[in-house]
Amino acid sequence: MIKRSFFKSKYLPYLLIFPQMVVTLTFFYWPAIQGIFQSFLLSDPFGRRSQFVWFYNYIELFTDPLYLKSIFITFTFSIAVAFVSISLGLFIASMANRALRAKALIRTMLIWPYAVAPAISGIMWLFLLHPSYGIVALGIKKWLGVNWNPVLYGSDAMVMIVMASAWKQVSYNFVFFMAGLQAIPKSLIEASAIDGAGPFRRFWTITFPLLSPTFFFLTVMNIIYSFFETFGIIHTVTQGGPGGSTNILVYKVYQDGFVGLNLGSSAAQSVVLMSLIMVITFLQFRFVEKKVQYSG
Amino acid sequence: MRLSKLFGFLIIAVCIAFPVSVFAKPITINWWHAMRSARGEVAAKMIGDFNASQSKYKVVGTFKGNYDETMNAGVAAFRAKKQPHLLQVFEVGTQTMMLSGAIYPVFELMKDAGIDVDWSRYLQAVLSYYMNADGDLVSMPFNSSTPIMYYNVDMLKKAGIAPLSKTIPITWDELGDITKKIVDGKIAPAGMVTAWQSWTQIENYSAIHNIAFASKANGYEGLDCQLMINNPQVVKHITRLKSWADDKRFMYGGQKYQGPKAEFIAQNVAFYIDSISGIAKLKKAVNDFKWDAAPLPVEAGTKKLQNSIIGGASLWVLKGHSKEEYKGVATFLKFLAGNEMQEYWHKETGYFPITIDAYESLKAKGYYAANPLQEVGINQLNRAIPTKISRGLRLGYFVQIRNIINEELELVWNGKKSPQEALDNAAARSNIQLRTFEKTYK
Repeated sequence: MIKRSFFKSKYLPYLLIFPQMVVTLTFFYWPAIQGIFQSFLLSDPFGRRSQFVWFYNYIELFTDPLYLKSIFITFTFSIAVAFVSISLGLFIASMANRALRAKALIRTMLIWPYAVAPAISGIMWLFLLHPSYGIVALGIKKWLGVNWNPVLYGSDAMVMIVMASAWKQVSYNFVFFMAGLQAIPKSLIEASAIDGAGPFRRFWTITFPLLSPTFFFLTVMNIIYSFFETFGIIHTVTQGGPGGSTNILVYKVYQDGFVGLNLGSSAAQSVVLMSLIMVITFLQFRFVEKKVQYSG
Repeated sequence: MRLSKLFGFLIIAVCIAFPVSVFAKPITINWWHAMRSARGEVAAKMIGDFNASQSKYKVVGTFKGNYDETMNAGVAAFRAKKQPHLLQVFEVGTQTMMLSGAIYPVFELMKDAGIDVDWSRYLQAVLSYYMNADGDLVSMPFNSSTPIMYYNVDMLKKAGIAPLSKTIPITWDELGDITKKIVDGKIAPAGMVTAWQSWTQIENYSAIHNIAFASKANGYEGLDCQLMINNPQVVKHITRLKSWADDKRFMYGGQKYQGPKAEFIAQNVAFYIDSISGIAKLKKAVNDFKWDAAPLPVEAGTKKLQNSIIGGASLWVLKGHSKEEYKGVATFLKFLAGNEMQEYWHKETGYFPITIDAYESLKAKGYYAANPLQEVGINQLNRAIPTKISRGLRLGYFVQIRNIINEELELVWNGKKSPQEALDNAAARSNIQLRTFEKTYK
């Protein structure tokens, strides 16, 4: 018989979750419902007139080739950011894990970039890579002979925002991989080393599978990060340009809603964005999670 | 006990000595603006002067962020019924504000407050941007600027070209010849650069040559207007710029002003087109070469040159306050338009004085003789009576339209689209925005 202490009151659990419910309902569900409602309206920003237009805002969106292009750009961008930041994070973590001296110091230093706000990160990369006043950009043009110009060429701009976004996220991934690596029993690796497996083989057959839950978690988090939190970077670095080539969905929501004051369209875009991220996360859980090994 | 009695007497004594006026609180007028740092200080000083000049009203200025943040703050406040009396809104928000039903038009405010204003003594090209179709002023112009062309005097000298006139514009063909000499002579890596391309190269280009930007008198006469920027003249102009971009006579430096300005300061270009507010910025930043300014280039053989158009922001009076308070708002606006304030504003910020009186007073004091740069923009703005086409633009979702134009122009500069294709596409995409806007306000 297991001893269990419990409370007699039926209402206590409800009372305990009540504050959390209030917060979630007011700050998440209520605005989300308002947003869905707004997406069926055409209204002026001052809220003095609005009319119900059914799916007008959605039809306008999906008949706009640029919106479809923006979805494509968002996917390219987030896959690139997730790939770069996860692989770099893993690489640095496995290096740092083997560091012999000043391990704690190295770890602390590597976590720093995560504390930098996206907008600041964007500005820093802009100062490095802007074709007119970027120090690194001048070097690229002078010594590598590459016609680097993110103000004019969409692909250069994309490279620049991927770098700025991934750089910040590498630290985040690093922390998780570091923790993951330390949780792997030394004995397993030593055993395989005795059996004659080289470092690479050891990584693929032991470390990598044992890290798969971390991988999965980080993939989800990185994609959500690149969908939403990179807003500050886009805003400071490219403003969606040149020629709309870095106009990711969340930035378009801001431009149309906050700056352009087209609330209906902006709300519809938010709903689409929300649905997309829900579908992606669902798919990840449905198909990718099956391959994840949670215990060694 | 005795102390509190004494205190009571003291209060009564003070009340008798200074009658109600001291204790009657002045009426507070709230003004939300977007003027930061140096400009913010100038605005604060103007407010301070007004408050010191009388005791009936007290204006409180609040900085609410950049233009779109300020407008959003105003919108949110209006929805919550906590709106300020005065709200500064950028020029592209004019149509939205006019149709909002949330505003008290300035001409009505002045009439109701019994303040007689001679609008003909204002700079017409500034007023016309904020007038309704009947020619009545709906918002009070505050900070207005117009684009001019800066150039590197040293580079022109090296190319054997005399400094340009400050009143008579050169033609685009001449600019092409000069920039060719600059580039071929390896005096600079590129010829010219422009800030705010939609505003300077399409909106102002169209106004100066009296070419319609949109139908229905640029949207002044109806929401059912269409963009007309894919006309042969503008297409020709953009095609020319594209061919210059190919042989380095033109270089693209970005949508806003930072990139282009940096190119000019780094002496990578000889010419730089930007707002008159660039004067102050260049004065601060340039110390290793001589520069000057000239009016924007024009097409050869233009019979009558029109005024350029303005950018900047104006002050809107919002509905929902008492008559007393509006009287205060009107008094404040009148105070701002006075010579002393306008001269101070112009000298400190470089934005236009909004009245002819202030301009003439400055001229009489010899200000323009000492600061000839400041007059280039005013001359360009004042060289003609605005026509229905050159008076301004009145478009819904103008922010989106400018974005579209920027996007399409960038596709021209990086070679993905031909000028005709890009401008056709810009017009078509903008028209969809205009139709949505029209539907919203029907």
